[in-house]
Amino acid sequence: MSNTTSTPSPQSAYFIDDHSADMIVRRTLAAIVDNEPGVLARVVGLFSARGYNIESLTVAEVDRKAHQSRITIVTTGTVQIIAQIKAQLERLVPVARVIDITTSPAGLERELALIKVKAETGSDERVEAMRLSEIFRARVLDVTLESFIFEVTGGSSKIDQFIELMEPLGLVQVSRTGVLSIQRGLPE
Amino acid sequence: MQGAQWAPLFLFKLPANGPNTGMVEMDRQDMIGETELTMTGAEIVVRALRDQGVETLFGYPGGAVLPIYDALFSTPELQHILVRHEQGAGHAAEGYARSTGKPGVCLVTSGPGATNMVTPIADAMMDSIPMVVLTGQVPSHLIGTDAFQECDTVGITRCCAKHNYLVRDVNDLARVMHEAFLIATTGRPGPVVIDIPKDIQFATGTYTGPTGAKHKTYHPASEPHEASIEAALELMRQARRPVFYTGGGIINSGTEASVALRQLVAETNFPITSTLMGLGAYPASGKNWLGMVGMHGAYEANHAMHDCDVMICLGARFDDRVTGRLDAFSPNSKKIHVDIDPSSINKTVRVDVPVIADAGKAINALLQGWQQQQHPRNDLSEWWSQINGWRDRKGFAYDKLEDQIKPQYAIERLYELTKAKDTYITTEVGQHQMWAAQHFHFEEPHRWMTSGGLGTMGYGLPAALGVQAAHPDALVIDIAGEASIQMCMQEMSTAVQFNLPIKIFILNNEWMGMVRQWQQLLHGERYSHSYSDSLPDFVALAKAYGGHGIQCRDPKDLDAAIQEMIDYDGPVLFDCLVTKDENCFPMIPSGAAHNEMILGKITGDEIDEAGKVLV
Ligand SMILES: Cc1ncc(C[n+]2csc(CCOP(=O)(O)OP(=O)(O)O)c2C)c(N)n1
Ligand SMILES: [Mg+2]
Repeated sequence: MSNTTSTPSPQSAYFIDDHSADMIVRRTLAAIVDNEPGVLARVVGLFSARGYNIESLTVAEVDRKAHQSRITIVTTGTVQIIAQIKAQLERLVPVARVIDITTSPAGLERELALIKVKAETGSDERVEAMRLSEIFRARVLDVTLESFIFEVTGGSSKIDQFIELMEPLGLVQVSRTGVLSIQRGLPE
Repeated sequence: MQGAQWAPLFLFKLPANGPNTGMVEMDRQDMIGETELTMTGAEIVVRALRDQGVETLFGYPGGAVLPIYDALFSTPELQHILVRHEQGAGHAAEGYARSTGKPGVCLVTSGPGATNMVTPIADAMMDSIPMVVLTGQVPSHLIGTDAFQECDTVGITRCCAKHNYLVRDVNDLARVMHEAFLIATTGRPGPVVIDIPKDIQFATGTYTGPTGAKHKTYHPASEPHEASIEAALELMRQARRPVFYTGGGIINSGTEASVALRQLVAETNFPITSTLMGLGAYPASGKNWLGMVGMHGAYEANHAMHDCDVMICLGARFDDRVTGRLDAFSPNSKKIHVDIDPSSINKTVRVDVPVIADAGKAINALLQGWQQQQHPRNDLSEWWSQINGWRDRKGFAYDKLEDQIKPQYAIERLYELTKAKDTYITTEVGQHQMWAAQHFHFEEPHRWMTSGGLGTMGYGLPAALGVQAAHPDALVIDIAGEASIQMCMQEMSTAVQFNLPIKIFILNNEWMGMVRQWQQLLHGERYSHSYSDSLPDFVALAKAYGGHGIQCRDPKDLDAAIQEMIDYDGPVLFDCLVTKDENCFPMIPSGAAHNEMILGKITGDEIDEAGKVLV
């Protein structure tokens, strides 16, 4: 994940021009939202209306009592666009706050993927797939005479890498959750 | 807040001695709250409107709002202005809001009622106008079945309203109503839509008052950060070529913001310009006034913006009509940007000092800081002499004619004959709008209502109704074009029914003049579908509606005709026949920079290929 100078919060007195204005960066943003009907539509609608990218999006209620959901969005854009996205998200009435997980030192990201691989009994591919899955600490969810389904968790790049390795062995199908996020320590 | 002073309504009873006055009464109120403040959804709506201090609303009935109309029937103290098309209700509410600083309220039915409201909602969103729109919806159990007059109102308005609600439980209704007013009027104001299914209007639920209407997640900041004010002052103290660039945020902030602004300008002696939306915050007669900025703004204002060394943007948003070509926009200045909406900061123009705050509060903080710190006055003499050089170019000059009324002349005369009066101006959209902004001069805020961001033809007439409803004794004039006026012409009937004596002053050039001008400039004089044949006889039309019609084509008759319009006690449609092919100058051609303004006479090669794709 690319690392550029963090965007200043809009309340800071000086806007520091970091001269990397045109560089495209990938950012993971977490929006803590009031879980009211239509809130996801507002968030997604904002991205499509203003032409922002969504690379992945996960959403679930995380606090039953407070009716709060966490939406984690992976997006790309220039640093200026990312700052806009954050500000636009914060402008939505049911959004409580937005956290830039990528630039936060406490940010943690994980993804889960289910990966189906064709691997005939007795083939070298079957042995190799099994060996790699152990290296990646993938769990075997299902085995048939000609296939495996692996469950693997980790950062997105680890999952990308596992998929890449499975490709020549007989990758059949991938299902991914998209990125989940949380921050280390207390409080968030 | 206002809740306590209202007399009780509907199903619940107050003690016979009337509105509560003390603690004992308050307690009793609470008891009533628990036991008897039960009413139908429709009554909750009306009660909430009254508790929010609403006096006037604009609407149009239909099946899905009949219960609310029924509740209105027994609430004569809430003035309901029946329009002729829902779009009219929306713009009327906008005009009401813009001229009073209070939220505008409208009430329309489901389906077509709601879709007809979309334009005003989008308009209010773009111009940050506080508005609460109540729409009826089909009964809850029919939602999603393509029922008669069903449409997904929250879906349709989600992206053009500040916020919206579909009410699913009558017990949420009071909270939602009060929240909507809070959201519409605080932070960056905007329209809020409440969609209320018909069964919820009939259902019985609990009413809660507006006090304590706090929101879980919505907490807009309005106080400026001290450090950012200090940084702004630092730039201002060092400035040699400063300019204030002000906008509608100051109008939204309230009259006190304009008062503070005038003081700040006087103390600093900085020149000041404004966007279309901010006209009147600083008086046009003020000595530091440069005129409006932007595409059809003043020559001196645009040049000052281009050449300044410190730009102080107060409640404006670097709109493309203002900036012109972005990469050539004020290339050598440090920029201070005061805006209540953090997403406006660095959206298109990178700024050096952002101040997230209410414009009025920020101006006051700047004023205090400026007054406190002892420092030699900036030497601005060179800057002012440069500005005076630009002023001498007389960018708004035009050729007067003996035998034709020039549109600019018509506005000039209108201004001269109305300036001593309590006058409010609304406009439609087109050349006439720009001429009005250029040649009518505003001394006070809240006097100028125009569709800036969305540029909605059809805005001006209904907006004038809203203004007149709020200021019954004022002189309210819609400066119109003959094309625009036909977009909401039907509201003339509303004006007559409600004795709203608005004056519609049409600069009739028989063309969609602004479109014609662009076709002349950009499309090789191919005037594709911009001429209106078969225009109505506006004088006869006025009569048909029960109003008064005046036509004038000779400059010599103009003053007397305008006077007749002013003196007539009732709605007037004034058909002012003006020069047909006049262009609106000066102009920054699309894709050009502020210092590439053209002052008159188009040659045809002002706009390059890149500029042609812009709007
Ligand atoms: C609802 C709507 N449709 C189309 C336009 C595009 N448009 C902008 S100005 C204009 C012509 C306005 O003509 P008129 O009202 O006669 O004003 P004039 O420019 O002649 O003063 C048009 C069609 C618009 N702004 N709004
Ligand atoms: Mg016209």
